[in-house]
Amino acid sequence: MKVKVIVTPKNGVLDPQGKAIQQTLNGMGFSSVKEVRQGKYFNIEIIEKDETKAKARAEDMCKKLLANLIIEDYQII
Amino acid sequence: MKSSVIIFPGSNCDRDMDVALKKFGFKNQMVWHNDPNLPQSDLIILPGGFSYGDYLRCGSIAAKSKIIKSVVEFANSGGLVVGVCNGFQILIETGLLPGALLKNKYLEFICKNVFVKINNSENKYFKNIKKNILKLHIAHNEGNYFCSLDELKFIEDNNQIAVNYCNKNGDISEENNPNGSINNIAGIFNKSKNILGMMPHPERMIDSYLSGEDGSIFFENLIGNLK
Repeated sequence: MKVKVIVTPKNGVLDPQGKAIQQTLNGMGFSSVKEVRQGKYFNIEIIEKDETKAKARAEDMCKKLLANLIIEDYQII
Repeated sequence: MKSSVIIFPGSNCDRDMDVALKKFGFKNQMVWHNDPNLPQSDLIILPGGFSYGDYLRCGSIAAKSKIIKSVVEFANSGGLVVGVCNGFQILIETGLLPGALLKNKYLEFICKNVFVKINNSENKYFKNIKKNILKLHIAHNEGNYFCSLDELKFIEDNNQIAVNYCNKNGDISEENNPNGSINNIAGIFNKSKNILGMMPHPERMIDSYLSGEDGSIFFENLIGNLK
């Protein structure tokens, strides 16, 4: 089955890319954009039929490789 | 003194490091990342570059390579391990050094000479060093050292800050901070000071005709401390 993982910078961690995107959007006329935080999205196909087990595997992957828990949070959807 | 430089796909300062180590008397050997074992060494160096194209996060893929298990064992048994630039990022990603290295604050790839001040010389790397402000070179996109305030207190209390960015007079202030690092941190040690990670490249400062010689001071002093 397919598992989707989103990794984002933790609150309070500087995200210069997100900041540059926000400023560019503001400059383009999207003046209501207050903040942008840029993250990463992973679409992972796991050989596993059981959703709970697949998500548990994905969680292990997040902790060991996909996210750096000092600066990033992850979400499995 | 035997040293080993580990080469990852995308390392590009490995040969400069080899030249520098040999110039100052190390018997250096190059080790491929996929080798299962480390040759007998007194010093392991993880060089600069762009291992695995900086995919995912800088250093994150190299931190899982085959040789790293031996490097971690060597480091945990007290062996001397230095990571320069991408090598520092790899040490951070292995968990051998605390904190994280974020994108530079102003989103620039910074390539220039900087001054760093040695914060702690009670270790094999900087003991007896004849200058405490060194002019070295930096070239990186992700050198913005970050850690939580609790962790910062821990590394300060344990004297783990190795070098800070400063000006030529040793002034460590925000205007002399090239990349946004917390407290101008340019390099740190682990708690027992056998592992050193730093963004500046001493191997690029070993020739007065090409660059400068403050890197020579670092290598000469290091081999002197190991003899």
